Amino acid sequence: MSATATSPASKGLDASNGKIQAPGRADIPENKKHITQRTPGDWVIDIIIWALVAFVIVSIIYPLWFVIIASVSNQTLVNNGQVLVLPKGFSWYGYEQIFQDSRIWTGYRNTILYAVVGTLLNLVITLPAAFALSRSEFRGRRLIMLFFTITMFVNGGLIPTYLLYKQVGLIDSWLVFIIPCAVNVYNLIIARSFFETSIPEELHDAAQIDGLGYFSYFVRIVLPLSSAIVAVIGLYYLVQHWNDFFTGLIYINTYEKQPLQMVLRDILLANSAFAGGSGSTAGAGYGQELADQIKYGVIIASTLPLLVIYPFIQKYFNKGVMIGAIKG
Amino acid sequence: MSAEAQGARADARAKREAQKAKDKRAAELQKQYGHRKLGFKQTFKRYWQLWAMALPAVIFVAIFNYGPMYGIQLAFREFDFTKGLTGGEWVGFKYFKQFFDSPLFGTLMINTVRISLWTLVMGFIFPIILALLINQIHSSKVKGFVQTITYLPHFISTVVVVSMINLFLKPDVGVLTRALGVIGIHSDNFMGDPNLFTPIYWISEVWQHVGWNSIIYLAALSSVDTALYEAAKIDGAGRLQLIRYVDIPAILPTCGVLLILNMGGVLNVGFEKVFLMQNTLNIDASEVISTYTYKIGLLQSQFSYSTAIGLFNMLINFAFLIIANQVSRKVSNSGIF
Repeated sequence: MSATATSPASKGLDASNGKIQAPGRADIPENKKHITQRTPGDWVIDIIIWALVAFVIVSIIYPLWFVIIASVSNQTLVNNGQVLVLPKGFSWYGYEQIFQDSRIWTGYRNTILYAVVGTLLNLVITLPAAFALSRSEFRGRRLIMLFFTITMFVNGGLIPTYLLYKQVGLIDSWLVFIIPCAVNVYNLIIARSFFETSIPEELHDAAQIDGLGYFSYFVRIVLPLSSAIVAVIGLYYLVQHWNDFFTGLIYINTYEKQPLQMVLRDILLANSAFAGGSGSTAGAGYGQELADQIKYGVIIASTLPLLVIYPFIQKYFNKGVMIGAIKG
Repeated sequence: MSAEAQGARADARAKREAQKAKDKRAAELQKQYGHRKLGFKQTFKRYWQLWAMALPAVIFVAIFNYGPMYGIQLAFREFDFTKGLTGGEWVGFKYFKQFFDSPLFGTLMINTVRISLWTLVMGFIFPIILALLINQIHSSKVKGFVQTITYLPHFISTVVVVSMINLFLKPDVGVLTRALGVIGIHSDNFMGDPNLFTPIYWISEVWQHVGWNSIIYLAALSSVDTALYEAAKIDGAGRLQLIRYVDIPAILPTCGVLLILNMGGVLNVGFEKVFLMQNTLNIDASEVISTYTYKIGLLQSQFSYSTAIGLFNMLINFAFLIIANQVSRKVSNSGIF
């Protein structure tokens, strides 16, 4: 999964190095220098560094790998501690059960709907605002930025928010997943910084000479040049919607409208009450061991879309986050 | 080519450049001056499109972020279903007093501060160490690989992370329960032990976000002038000294700003994760302000009381933010406002 995705990320980092040293030219001599000047102390440090790096990689990736192998292994072997590196006693049982579970499909459908519509609205609202706020000739920009920034530190709290949503009829409506979170100020700041630093001012001058207004300048010239930031912000919003559990918990009462994360909680965590003998919800009909296999499978099934998109978008991360860091 | 001719050419170029700069400044001045002369009508005619682009975002934020803020006054009023959000009788600090006098107040504060301070400190230190470590990798391919791997958990949902913890730490049979048993750490039930709640919380938090939070430090490290490394090497600095005297000073300002921002959220223990990790056995150590606000407010419908607790929480956060900012300004001359 990651092998294909590695080089783009490093490219992003090199690009930021580019202003200091031309890539390729200065790199090679420096490496040689390391070899010639290497002392025994350096070797020790190198070994320690590689050991630490290996430790970090293993401790981060192993839990995820374990979930994958446990989801297709015989659960008795998993519980005996015999499944550690590769699946043993191959079994699709967990996935078969998941495919038959209508709750998961409802949750999936809901979440896809909320995530796609929500992200589109997010982008349509955030990007133009970020562009407008990136124009230095825009008189209101400081005031509006302050207006936005305040909300990062001050909020109304749970109950006033709940009552407001109730007043405007968002409780138990699917719009609650989409409308209230239309603008994420952090993402707005990232996009604004991108427009400020990465779009050459000459383009605007040229557009003005050609008689383009701000609308057409933004749509026809700025947006096509901003695919990196659109991808990053889009992903942030998408993940935010995909992982949203809080909204479903607080504002939705009807089970058919619940997003995937609430269904997951039902299956994954409410079921753990079953281990203590009190729960009667998901998987109660299965033996405890089989219930575990279903859980491992559900974790994979719900995270899969992310794992599929991730390698394609992660190359923009360094760029996106760095831009945010400059002015954040 | 004679030295004289070269000098003359350089002179001419300098002159040209000076003239260019002058022209540019004049143009800028004129532009500025020109703008100032515009009346409201002309300004509007020229810039209404910018306003139109910013307006939707402003409206959404005004309604859904500032709307609830207006409702904060509920903390000082009795909630009255018939009169709506702001119609109830004014009761001043009644609900704040009720909270301070509540037997739960001490427990809630201690739990919240303990969990969040551990998470804040560890979540601050580990990304820095990781960034310094990744920065030591010379091969850009390996570097990219390590980054790709370490960012990944950041995108996994809280529900999934908590259920992974539950599965791994299952009594007797969980994979982590076994592994910890091997190195001599035993517990009948890790998830049910109040003493273990905080460590499980912050360790899983670090696992999930360490890579992602290191990006910003890597960005700071990648902008270090390589001449600094060369100069340090000539002065006889070893690898560790390069880290100590070049890398760490390079990321210090970033550390400062991030620490301030984190301090501002000191009482904002993530509701979702604590809530999902709670069970009847560990509740003494895991009940925090945000989960209590939820239970009091939405499950027991004590709207005013819950609002008051939420407001108190926010004020404490704000105080921490201001204090951290002042300290950072005094110490390192960098702050966020």
